[in-house]
Amino acid sequence: MKYNWNWGIFWERSPEGVATYADLLLSGLQWTIVTALCAWIIALVIGSIVGVMNTLPNKWANFFATAWVELFRNIPILVQLFLWYFVLPELLPKALGAALKQSPNASFYTAVIGLGFATSSRVAEQVRAGIKSLPRGQSMAGTALGLNMPQTYRYVVLPMAFRIVLPPLTSEFLNLIKNTSVALTIGLLELTSRARSMQEYSFQVFEAFTAATVLYLILNIIVVAGMRALERSVAVPGYMAGGK
Amino acid sequence: MFSNFDFDVIARSWQYLFFDGMKFTLTLTFFATLFGIMIGTVLALMRLSGNAFLSAFANTYTTIFRSLPLVLVIFWFYFLLPYIGGWVWGLERPMKVGALNSALITFSLFEAAYFAEIMRAGIQSIPKGQGAAGYALGLNYWQVMGTIVLPQAFRNMIPVLLTQTIVLFQDTSLVYVLSLTDFLGAASKVAQRDGRLVEMYLFAAVVYFLVSFALSNLVTRLQARVAIVR
Repeated sequence: MKYNWNWGIFWERSPEGVATYADLLLSGLQWTIVTALCAWIIALVIGSIVGVMNTLPNKWANFFATAWVELFRNIPILVQLFLWYFVLPELLPKALGAALKQSPNASFYTAVIGLGFATSSRVAEQVRAGIKSLPRGQSMAGTALGLNMPQTYRYVVLPMAFRIVLPPLTSEFLNLIKNTSVALTIGLLELTSRARSMQEYSFQVFEAFTAATVLYLILNIIVVAGMRALERSVAVPGYMAGGK
Repeated sequence: MFSNFDFDVIARSWQYLFFDGMKFTLTLTFFATLFGIMIGTVLALMRLSGNAFLSAFANTYTTIFRSLPLVLVIFWFYFLLPYIGGWVWGLERPMKVGALNSALITFSLFEAAYFAEIMRAGIQSIPKGQGAAGYALGLNYWQVMGTIVLPQAFRNMIPVLLTQTIVLFQDTSLVYVLSLTDFLGAASKVAQRDGRLVEMYLFAAVVYFLVSFALSNLVTRLQARVAIVR
């Protein structure tokens, strides 16, 4: 039993067109990064809003936020993507649904929305935990200074809360990058999917997966290093690890 | 809105969905949790042992698995295991492993990396004095770990371990990429056979939601009970 290693395969031309296998994988990496970044923007915006809602002194806002988090946290991401991709167009008015299905980048948009919403529930939990972890005195001090509630959140609570939750948000972002691979099931040509197609065309399965693995590891290291730098640069002196 | 939908398809296929699909999902979840916690505990002990080599191995193992998407790891093992099997047993050709065994091994090894981190936190949550007291009484390493540290670490971490199990339960849906018949796979097969994607995927989402939601509420209540004791 023998496996024929051929590391030169990356510079051979893939049957899909003019590109080499290395180009194929790199284009997959690009889609992974673009999808993750776009979904992260959605996750961060919605997650922050929902997380803040969960801390407001309003029963309905709390209920909505809790329901949002539970809904998107308790359904597997693969199923969520299927709902956005296969089910949503059927529930919309016919013309709109058909337009969605025929849009050329449907799987990309679906992945961004689906992953963004799914990740928003996790961001919301982190933001909520960050706000709750602040001593009550901080927002009280804001009130004592004459700030109203939105101002207290804007100038006192959120700047501290976001600094506190930066490390867990980093791991949520890393999770999001990994989760983009789930979108290969709806046809997104991201890194794992490209490694898989390289395996199907060339039968050099282990070279393809090794390359994808290395690319994911590098991506991981870059993100972690970037976030550490961000943590250091925004640290409040005397408050966080890394602050001077 | 639902007028042209046929929810009868669920009535026609529920036995297949639950007795084939859900049974597979739960079996995979159960064994992957079991083996994952066992391997994870060993990894955590290695990580915290004084031995530099063992510690570096466990650290590399958990870091690599935690950096990779599960989907990629599923593919890796699906293609790699036949070669490893063939190499170990000295066969002429790659061994036949089968998608089910492949999934079981993949999930056990992959989740072990996550369980290892949880168990490590659990072990570190036990005050050092407890282990020291054990050694002072003349117990050896395995007795200290087995009778003093691990039981408490495990108990402290039960809520977190269960939360990870819920994540694992949801993750098993990814065996879809190997065309296995787990709950989602069964729903998807019926959906495609009968052309009823909307009904089946909605139903699958509802079932996954109910199971995960019920379990996570259970975890919350358990957490409250564990918290009172200490």
